[in-house]
Amino acid sequence: MSIEVTDQAISDQELRLEGIDFITSGDQYLTFTLGAEHYGVNVLNVNEIRGWDSPTLIPNAPKHIKGVTNLRGTIVPIIDLRIQFQVGDVTYTETTVVIVVSLENEQLNRTMGFVVDAVSDVLNTEESEIKSPSSFGGYVPAAYVKGLVNVGANVVTLLNIEQLLSLDEDHVEH
Amino acid sequence: MSIDMEQFYEVFFEESLEGLDIMEQSLLSISKNENCDLEVINTIFRAAHSIKGGSGTFGFNDVANFTHVLETLLDEAREGKRQLTEECIELLLQSCDCLREMISALQNKKNINLQQSESLIAGFNRILSNEQETISTEQPKTTAPTSSTGSVSMSSKSKTNSPLEPNNDDNQYWQIEFVPQPQILMTGNEPARLFRELSTLGELTTTAMVEDIPAFADLTVDECFISWSLELRNSTATKDDILEVFDWVIDECTLEINLLGGSESAPENDAVEALVDSGNEATASTTVATLAPKETHSATENPQTKKPTTADKSTNTNSSSSSIRVGIDKVDSLINLVGELVITQSMLSELGSNFEMSKLEKLATGLEQLLQNTKELQESVMRIRMLPISFAFNRFPRMIRDLAIKIDKKVDLQIHGESTELDKTVMEQISDPLVHLVRNAIDHGIETAQERIAKGKPEQGTIRLDAYHQGGNIVIEVGDDGKGLNTDVIRRKAIEKGMIDSDTQLSNQEIYDLLFQPGFSTAAQVSDISGRGVGMDVVKRNITSLGGRIVIDSQVNIGTTIKVHLPLTLAILDGQLVRVGEQVYIIPLIAIVESLQVKSELVNRVSGDMVLYRLREDNVPIIRLYKEFGINADNTVIENALLVVVEADGQKVGLLVDDLLGQQQVVVKSLESNYKRVVGISGATILGDGSVSMILDIPGLITSASKRSKRHQQTKAA
Repeated sequence: MSIEVTDQAISDQELRLEGIDFITSGDQYLTFTLGAEHYGVNVLNVNEIRGWDSPTLIPNAPKHIKGVTNLRGTIVPIIDLRIQFQVGDVTYTETTVVIVVSLENEQLNRTMGFVVDAVSDVLNTEESEIKSPSSFGGYVPAAYVKGLVNVGANVVTLLNIEQLLSLDEDHVEH
Repeated sequence: MSIDMEQFYEVFFEESLEGLDIMEQSLLSISKNENCDLEVINTIFRAAHSIKGGSGTFGFNDVANFTHVLETLLDEAREGKRQLTEECIELLLQSCDCLREMISALQNKKNINLQQSESLIAGFNRILSNEQETISTEQPKTTAPTSSTGSVSMSSKSKTNSPLEPNNDDNQYWQIEFVPQPQILMTGNEPARLFRELSTLGELTTTAMVEDIPAFADLTVDECFISWSLELRNSTATKDDILEVFDWVIDECTLEINLLGGSESAPENDAVEALVDSGNEATASTTVATLAPKETHSATENPQTKKPTTADKSTNTNSSSSSIRVGIDKVDSLINLVGELVITQSMLSELGSNFEMSKLEKLATGLEQLLQNTKELQESVMRIRMLPISFAFNRFPRMIRDLAIKIDKKVDLQIHGESTELDKTVMEQISDPLVHLVRNAIDHGIETAQERIAKGKPEQGTIRLDAYHQGGNIVIEVGDDGKGLNTDVIRRKAIEKGMIDSDTQLSNQEIYDLLFQPGFSTAAQVSDISGRGVGMDVVKRNITSLGGRIVIDSQVNIGTTIKVHLPLTLAILDGQLVRVGEQVYIIPLIAIVESLQVKSELVNRVSGDMVLYRLREDNVPIIRLYKEFGINADNTVIENALLVVVEADGQKVGLLVDDLLGQQQVVVKSLESNYKRVVGISGATILGDGSVSMILDIPGLITSASKRSKRHQQTKAA
């Protein structure tokens, strides 16, 4: 019984605070653009957003792995999502940014940087609003896609951070 | 509120292991000097006592019960009632092993194997009872159980208390006073059933005592007011067997069990008293043991006390993160340095907030100070990881003692430089190779006593362990005064195995190096100690993987000395910075043979576009780094290019680079933590300008380059 009461209390509180966008239910996603497409990653996984800085090459690495950079003493690999997903033009300008994403769980404890064209917004979304990706796949392997969300006229592709950071590309069908 | 005790487990484990080390060392010192210093015994006692206390607190009853028995013996020794004889020490040493196993089982959350501790407890009890039987790892001989509770008989029997063990003297009998509390019937215990059980142990006479029965009016139906006096004759049962029968009612009665009649004479009053005490403790532990799900085993299945140690160690899973104990002085100096750093920082930031050119000199001094502070801080931080090598050396006295007894050689161990400090990681990885080297020295190096006397050497062989600093390295020496290496034998063996041609001329040093080849063993006989399993090649590989090297020095009949050179730490290495195109790579200085400018007349193209460089007698294959790494380079022509000749696993190769930049110490950072292993790269580091630079893995590079050229050949052929 008591559990129900507290639930009620929380939803009451939420009702009152509706409209203030920093306290909501559901998850928040940082959205960014690659070429003309919109993508999002869970904001809780985002460490920081940095400017583009030419990294040190990793010998014989795949094309989309640009190299490694020094992030306050940690060696962090930099991945260009535009090359990996084959969208947009791969140019490095003053507005090119790197989103530093980290994940910490039992299997994985990783930090990586992702090169994107620009950062757009923070998106609030309920789990119910996330649609499963269509079976007509693009270049982005299905394993990397968590779901799609409609934002106005645009569709944002939410990315599966765990899969992206695992670098386990053998299981991902291109 | 309950406190989560598990958070303290790790500390307890560590302290216990430390305590065990102390116990072992002290025990060894006693057995060496043969004078039992009271202080040493006290040290052992204290160590055992804290383990007992800690394990009791955390509910590790098996450990607590076991240590209690140990403590009883030590207590007597402490009070001067008992001499610590050689057999006591042996038993105590075995108990250290056993406790170590128990603790590692607890650490890995496995079930404790009680077999060993039980047989040891039995041994202790026998000593305590002053029964001068030779201590062996065997369990006490006990007669087959006659009680119907067969499943628990084993564990109780192994704790048999010898003085109370009845002999076959017909006049002896057990006198049992059984006074149950009135409510005993309420808990479903029927005295008659207990007596029936007892009667299976021998001839039972029961006398009921009815004095306490109240008047009829006060009588309650379901309360028991009768007490019994029992006599058990012609029985082979021990006190524990009897106690076991009363196991369920022990809380609800007053029980007195005495051995009466016959040639009853207590050997020594003190010992017996202590014994009864430990007897009760043993009963408590019996209950614990029987509650744990555990197979019944017959008494003939004697657990071998030594064997499980090695078996269990290999299966140890490293479930916990390791920790390090740091001296408070090191931490203090660190805090001082950080204090200075903060002062320098605030000075500099004040200087920066309103800077004028006139203050330039002050800035320069400030920066200098900052440099100094950072350097000192770096050194102090590195020192935290440093442990004295005695951590690795301390296991040897025990090991050598055991080994020497086993193969019947007389060996003395001399340890020097045990306070030389070494990085913890290096220490952990060097321990096993060292053990191997020491075993080799005892088994192959030191001769038997007769041989030694015949050669005019002292009967007792000597093993020397020495550690000292030399340059940026630490050198560990394992030396013996044994028979030395016979180069002829090694040579013959190598020819026999087809490792060298019969006409090859080799220097002594090159012959010694043959010992490190895989599959090379000169041991005429494979023994338990060495001559099979991991060989010297594994020792060498381990040491090379740590960035070290190994050198043998030997003289026939005088002895062998093996020197292991190791870097002080794995976290920092001396590197040569080289440039290839826009990238800067670091070559570990230890791998570099020389750097040179290519003279075109010394370049040979052989066997189908393979480029070799003639370096004196050697032909060195050239690896083009830019090709290997798929990057652009300024210089792709070999003529006049810069070549860094490196060596790994005895293979020399030349690396083609654009420029040599400089040498510096670099801090090794892992590439794998955020990425994955890269072939040819051992790690990365951050240079002075904040950029990342890759550290080359020379052995890996050579392997991958040779694989690549093979693939190249295959595609060409096809």
